[in-house]
Amino acid sequence: MMIDWTHFTPIAALVGGLLIGLSATLLILCNGRIAGISGIIGGLLQRPNLSEASWRIAFVLGLVLAPTLYGLFAVLPASQIDASWLVLVVAGLLVGYGTRLGTGCTSGHGVCGLSRLAPRSLVATLTFMAAGFITVYVVHHVFA
Amino acid sequence: MTTALAFVFGMLFGLGLIVSGMSDPAKIIGFLDLAGPWDPSLMLVMVGAIAIGLVGFTLAKRRDRSLLGLPMQLPTSNQLDRRLVIGSLLFGLGWGLAGICPGPALVLLGAGSAKGVVFTLAMLAGMALFEYQHHLRQIITHTTDA
Repeated sequence: MMIDWTHFTPIAALVGGLLIGLSATLLILCNGRIAGISGIIGGLLQRPNLSEASWRIAFVLGLVLAPTLYGLFAVLPASQIDASWLVLVVAGLLVGYGTRLGTGCTSGHGVCGLSRLAPRSLVATLTFMAAGFITVYVVHHVFA
Repeated sequence: MTTALAFVFGMLFGLGLIVSGMSDPAKIIGFLDLAGPWDPSLMLVMVGAIAIGLVGFTLAKRRDRSLLGLPMQLPTSNQLDRRLVIGSLLFGLGWGLAGICPGPALVLLGAGSAKGVVFTLAMLAGMALFEYQHHLRQIITHTTDA
């Protein structure tokens, strides 16, 4: 294995990670809720009542408006999506359906679940990581 | 109050994703590509997030109510079932194809990325499909029970 030193950003990654962990900690300690993004969005598709809907919409709105807030103080870092439009649609469907079936994504299982030492989340995280590694290998090295 | 806080925490989460570089799908692919030049950044994001999360969730587990007096809604299931594994496999497959998971999808949407919008819409459709299927199954179980 060869480390990509030109793209590896250890300090930024750690600092950003701390902010994510802080958000998850505050949401559970103040609101009593898990900061799992797929679960928060998914709950909105289950005909929630007003109080259920409002905190979910507020959290999602915060996420969506984060780039705007960031942009007030610094230049938003560039992002690059190499996948084609068709692949994006297929990937989006898989991510949406898969996270609801598996009851969580990188935030719900990966951050919150591992933080509460949940065996289910460890299994889920290892499974989606492995699936991600294999998919990228196949797409970028077998069919490249 | 809880709604306003949820907004602030959502924003904090989003800022974390931007600062850590996780809202850039190319960086996710760089982590998932073990055979290419490997970018371990995502691992350090997890380390940072879990370091704080361990403290937060350890405190949360000891309480019945949140600091604002709301019920502490921690997941209770312990079952390692097929649904968990198959769902996570499908998610990992989609994640590897695009380099986008649900949190970054919303940040990309907010940053005005056209591809981010398309991905988010497809993701919502995938979630809606799950709900529809779940709903149908419930109707069928109800009918057979009766």
